[in-house]
Amino acid sequence: MAETLLELSGITKTYPGVTALDNVSLRVQRGEVLGLIGENGAGKSTMMKILGGVTPPTAGTVRIDGREHATLTVTEATRAGIAFVHQELNLFENLDVAANVFIGREKLVGGPLKLVDNAGLRARVAPLLKRLGADFMPDTLVENLSIAQRQMVEIAKALSIDARVIIMDEPTSSLTLTETERLLQVIADLKAHGISVIYITHRLGEIMTCADRVVVLRDGRTVGELARTELSHGVMIRLMIGRDLKSLYIPPKQPARPGGCDIVDLVTPAFPDRQINLSVQHGEILGLAGLVGAGRTSLARAVFGIDRVLGGEIRLDGKAVRVANPRDAIRQGIYLIPEDRKKSGLVLELPIRENVTLASLLVHARLWMVNRGAEQRIAQQQAKSLSIKAPSVDSQAITLSGGNQQKVVLAKWLSMQPRVMIFDEPTRGIDVGAKAEIYALMRGLADRGVAIVMISSDMEEVIGVSDRVAVMHEGRISGMLEREQFSEYNVLRLAIGQTLEPAGAAA
Amino acid sequence: MMKKELGLFVLLIVVSAITGAINPAFLSGVNLLNMANLIGLFGVFAIGEGLVIITGGIDLSVGSMFALLGVVFVDLLTKYEIWWPFCVLLVVAGGLVLGGLQAFLVTRLKMQPFIVTLCGLLIYRGAARYYTTDTTRGFGYGDEADTISDIASGSIFHVPNTFIFLIVLALVMGIVLHRSVYGRWLYAVGKNEEAARFSGIRTGAVIATAYVISGGLAGISTILLVFYTNSVSPSSFGNFYELYAIAAAVLGGCSLRGGEGSIVGIVLGTALLQVLQNLVNILGIPNSLNFAVMGTVILLGVLVDQQLQARRRLAAAAAGSARAAAAATLARGGQGA
Repeated sequence: MAETLLELSGITKTYPGVTALDNVSLRVQRGEVLGLIGENGAGKSTMMKILGGVTPPTAGTVRIDGREHATLTVTEATRAGIAFVHQELNLFENLDVAANVFIGREKLVGGPLKLVDNAGLRARVAPLLKRLGADFMPDTLVENLSIAQRQMVEIAKALSIDARVIIMDEPTSSLTLTETERLLQVIADLKAHGISVIYITHRLGEIMTCADRVVVLRDGRTVGELARTELSHGVMIRLMIGRDLKSLYIPPKQPARPGGCDIVDLVTPAFPDRQINLSVQHGEILGLAGLVGAGRTSLARAVFGIDRVLGGEIRLDGKAVRVANPRDAIRQGIYLIPEDRKKSGLVLELPIRENVTLASLLVHARLWMVNRGAEQRIAQQQAKSLSIKAPSVDSQAITLSGGNQQKVVLAKWLSMQPRVMIFDEPTRGIDVGAKAEIYALMRGLADRGVAIVMISSDMEEVIGVSDRVAVMHEGRISGMLEREQFSEYNVLRLAIGQTLEPAGAAA
Repeated sequence: MMKKELGLFVLLIVVSAITGAINPAFLSGVNLLNMANLIGLFGVFAIGEGLVIITGGIDLSVGSMFALLGVVFVDLLTKYEIWWPFCVLLVVAGGLVLGGLQAFLVTRLKMQPFIVTLCGLLIYRGAARYYTTDTTRGFGYGDEADTISDIASGSIFHVPNTFIFLIVLALVMGIVLHRSVYGRWLYAVGKNEEAARFSGIRTGAVIATAYVISGGLAGISTILLVFYTNSVSPSSFGNFYELYAIAAAVLGGCSLRGGEGSIVGIVLGTALLQVLQNLVNILGIPNSLNFAVMGTVILLGVLVDQQLQARRRLAAAAAGSARAAAAATLARGGQGA
């Protein structure tokens, strides 16, 4: 049996009010590819942070080469040969490949002048790139590299510190098929050289190809460990789900009315070769599920006029509407509650009042003058009906909690006449109480006849709140689910690009 | 919101009082009116600069615009003998067009404001010098410029017309900036362009308008400045004036990051700069130190303001958490605290 390189035992990590990891144990052997899977929030990222020495565990030990580390610091983790290839790549675009690989560890020449030996760095990086079969040079600027190539740079960086365990967090989420295959080859090669890889992904197909062993996390616990021979999609999905979903569902007061918003053969810039067809009726909440990068946000941005639409059309109550910019969308009553409320939803430094009326200012204006009375009234009204907790409507939006900030974004639209509302991750970073309020608000809107699209990566939310669920996979709608078909299993199958209800456990 | 302006006003009064105490000539009617005239001259285009700075941009081209539009203006009046109202209209239109060109480059072609207006600075100056072959343009005797000259450099009850014009302009622009929908958009765009766009605001148009207004005000300033100096030397006319405008705006509370500033602040900033220049003369400080004094005051002013703001933020945060503890809810408590 191969030697154990890294061993985590009894790791627990609690944050105030949350247990992110609960008595988790994990073992990595030399030259092994360990697949780590689990849903969003299962505890994968926390686990990786502990391995990297970024956050200390609340309890438990990390053992590297049999030596116990009660507290692992970033430096110790690096010295022990643990390296990361991040989901969001941490590279300096303005520097060349060699400089990135040796960042912070530059070889210096010229004595007191401390000049960087650029030629030396490049000479040392060249063999690493060759080993990875990279098709770029050490002096190529990183900004000229594709995502896949940048990943190679990260891997080269890992090799340059003699990494023995490379942790890859969703490495293929932005790669094409060929690039993915190339990466899997590199992993096989690393393995052959005795380097271990912890491979975190949602893509079970890749796990099937490359993993020697799979550990499944759910709600901060290890719920299963599968040997290579035991791997199948069905088994993995069943292990990943299987928790009790709290019932959040508030049924509509009346059935959805015909009419609403039809998206016909829409082509977004993110997936120029895919067409999207989707309908949402007045009075229903349509959940839009899918993995990160499946094209849900691009769809929302296209419908709201942020990104240029490359083809197809948007119909409101059967009539095609032109949406060239957000102003057009707003005029049609199509509103977006964006994913990043601090960046796109609010002007944080402005008071609640001015944020609420930012989109509707001109409607209440006379001769282009702000109608301060109306503004105050609208803001007060919205603050009251949405129970925005703040000292007054003159408080800056930046002083509010996440939930209240989201309500301010909502208030902006609710003071107008919504017909279609797109919520992009409406409850991300929001506490449980505010979540329930936002769900109730969404249902209230639907009952008033608004067609609602809710983009969400939170499975509980998708299944608990929606009347119907559409699932996206790589830029197109991979399936629709009616309420009686709702299950995490079904949503996940569609999200990873498989069809519903397979005859057997398809591989 | 007005705290900054109040502080600036107090500073202006204190500096004036001290200078006046050392040399009473500072407070003489002649000197005060002279300063009022200069404040009027510089304030007009400082307001335009302020608008551009609030969008998060910058306009480095105004000084060179004065030279180019100035020589054209003098030639229109003297060489082509065009009726003066048309000359005025043409020069203001010229400013609007140049501002519009810069706006197009910034908002449509997504070029950086610093670069666009720096190139404007170079190009307009060069064009002015080439057009005149570097010769000074001025008014001869009997040129048909009396009426406009009287308007631009005259006074009403001893108050310089330039100063009166600045006050009127400040009132109008104050309403535009602080009361109109456009003003609100300008601040929103300056603070967070993306959120403004997500709220359906045509951010490009909002920003472009600021550059166009700045250009138009530069056109008006050209006319006022021409009659202040009575001649236009293309290589030096208006040199560094864009920096006076930027300095006034920054001193007046505009942040180069955008989204901050007020008309009152910009006017007070202009006034303080003129007082400083005047003080250098009147207190017998070597004239060569003029810029150094100005630089030092701006540096200290911005530094103190930043420190005060940081402290205020801390205090606000503390008060905020105290309020949260008291759980003042708008929904429950109506108006709240």
